[in-house]
Amino acid sequence: MGNLKLTSVTKSFGALTVLHDIDLTIDNGKFVVFVGPSGCGKSTLLRIIAGLEDISGGGIEIGGRDVVHLSPAERKIAMVFQSYALYPHMSVRKNLAFGLENLKFKRSEIDARIAEAARMLALEPYLDRKPRQLSGGQRQRVAIGRSIVRNPDIFLFDEPLSNLDAALRVQTRAEITRLHRQLKTTMIYVTHDQVEAMTMADEIVVLNGGRIEQVGTPLELFDKPRNLFVAGFLGSPRMNILKGKVVAVGETGVTVDVGYGVPLQARIDPAAVAAGQAVLLGIRPAHFAVGGEGLPFVVQYHESLGTETYVYGTFEGSEEQVIVHQAGHFAPERGALLRIMPQPGRMHVFDPDSGLALPRAIEERSAAHEHA
Amino acid sequence: MSQGLSPIAFLTRTRRPGRIGLTDILSWAWLILGTLAVLVPVVWAGLSSLKPAAEITRFPPTLLPRVAVQQTVPGFDAPLSLWTVNVDGQSREMAMIRRIGLKAQMVDPNNPGTPVSVDVKSMSPVQRLTVATENYTDPLTRFDFLTFLKNSVFVTFVATLLTLIVNALAAFALSKYRFRGEKAIFVLIISTLMIPLTVVMVPAYLVVVGVGLVDSLWGIIIPTIASPTGVFLLRQYMLTIPDELIEAARVDAASEFRIFWRIILPLTAPALAVLAIFSVLWRWNDFLWPLIVLSSRENFTLQVGLNAFQGEFSVQWNYILAMTFLSLAPVTLVFLFLQKYITTGIAGTGMK
Repeated sequence: MGNLKLTSVTKSFGALTVLHDIDLTIDNGKFVVFVGPSGCGKSTLLRIIAGLEDISGGGIEIGGRDVVHLSPAERKIAMVFQSYALYPHMSVRKNLAFGLENLKFKRSEIDARIAEAARMLALEPYLDRKPRQLSGGQRQRVAIGRSIVRNPDIFLFDEPLSNLDAALRVQTRAEITRLHRQLKTTMIYVTHDQVEAMTMADEIVVLNGGRIEQVGTPLELFDKPRNLFVAGFLGSPRMNILKGKVVAVGETGVTVDVGYGVPLQARIDPAAVAAGQAVLLGIRPAHFAVGGEGLPFVVQYHESLGTETYVYGTFEGSEEQVIVHQAGHFAPERGALLRIMPQPGRMHVFDPDSGLALPRAIEERSAAHEHA
Repeated sequence: MSQGLSPIAFLTRTRRPGRIGLTDILSWAWLILGTLAVLVPVVWAGLSSLKPAAEITRFPPTLLPRVAVQQTVPGFDAPLSLWTVNVDGQSREMAMIRRIGLKAQMVDPNNPGTPVSVDVKSMSPVQRLTVATENYTDPLTRFDFLTFLKNSVFVTFVATLLTLIVNALAAFALSKYRFRGEKAIFVLIISTLMIPLTVVMVPAYLVVVGVGLVDSLWGIIIPTIASPTGVFLLRQYMLTIPDELIEAARVDAASEFRIFWRIILPLTAPALAVLAIFSVLWRWNDFLWPLIVLSSRENFTLQVGLNAFQGEFSVQWNYILAMTFLSLAPVTLVFLFLQKYITTGIAGTGMK
């Protein structure tokens, strides 16, 4: 069974602690993506699960078994490495067979599993080639095939798409997702690419500085980031952060002033804040309404992508860059003054000291829950 | 050479098209001189190994193996040597009866009745090309050369095989495992490179005596199999093998020895080939250590055996040259088979 339980996993290299008290439970059959900036410890965490790194403290269970002292092979995991790590001197067939031979499988069983994996990944024409005679995408498929033949409880992927070009990356992404649906095996996938995380994951684990920032479905994380880091990390372009102050506390929300004489209504739990408190407002570029009343936005330049347009500029008299998204064609002049208004209910409010999101208003939370 | 270039076009290339410049002349001169410098001694040794004993020491030296022509002349018991002689302004072939100071007594082989006295300066020997195969056949039949050859082949083959395995194991540990003192051990191994054989010869001999390997072929194999050069060469090469391959193999349930045997060794092949060439050269040409350790004739290696032709009073150059030439053959063969690895391997390991 491919469920995984990490309890207080800690990892130090000498005096440097790279993972602090990681607690994580992954259910069988889930596609989980570890995402975070470089050096956040996501790859180390994956290697710890694989058994390629020892842990400094804590426990790891796979399928209810304590695996801390087991070798990678005994953990019944399979791993796809960033560089694919195909054995260069062996043919594709030998690459696929190597693990099974080590496990003393019968020849007929090995051949059957290779045939099955080759069919699944369309590798049949290449079985007798050496890895250097394959393209990047084909090597990637061989690396995945080498995992599949082992029939593991958990698949581990360490940034498997980072060596592919953009078009191939999209294609392989879809292939891995299809494979997951087909095999229904737990997959843990490490990436720094939030698009991969958003598109592939059942569940995303956001890591930063060796700590888990938030765990949830892609949309949960997108709609309700727990803190400023998650809010800034997911979504492209990044979320706009405005400094503001609570001016009034009402029944269902609070009024926040970010200057420019335009009070903004944020639906957060009134009990959590007091009037006069400083807060940070997070608004995604797509969540501005342009035109009519609103904050004064001075256009610097825009990027037209055909189906959508990103407008870069500042609020009048401010230095901080703000990004506004508009669907379709939109070409404001440089220096033009636009009025923009955050869409109601789309504002995220953070405590500037702790960086944590302030609790949402009760009906907002339940509404979102039904939605989810 | 690029594909479309014929050998003629390749050899007649000049720095500037259509002009022979100074650079071309100098480079040709340099290349020809270099080729000759390398080739002449080998060719001379090869040709001389076919000369009869007396011809090797002849001065001025000759390149081709020749022998003086001898003829039986009626009235003389022993065959006489033939000479070209100038008599009365005429060039004639005559047989020499005896030589007295600057004069030689010659006789016409067809008319042996009247000896003539001839000035030595006006005569030169009549020679013909010859192949003194006895230089090769004598040592192989009369002496134990086949035994020596067998011993040398055994020592070279076994020592090289063990060198490769032992050094590869050490290099694997030093390149792919992190452990306390790993650097120190590596430096220690490398530092033994700086200790010459002559310094350790006596203690090493005492050890060989102590373990009872004196006058045994194993006494010259075992002390040589661990070589710091080999460890260094292989370790540097193995460092270039990505660790992810080893991790992938571990995930693939391979034991550490299996990783070494199935992943590391095949991928280290170019460096192993280089070390194999070095090891074959070292062991095949090894002279001093076998000379010290081996004492009975049936255990001699080729190089020690060759030494036997070098007596206190006479040196049998014809045999030495012939057997030296014969002993070049296995090394040349090894080079021929492994040469494609030499350039890639040496370039890859950064060794000279």
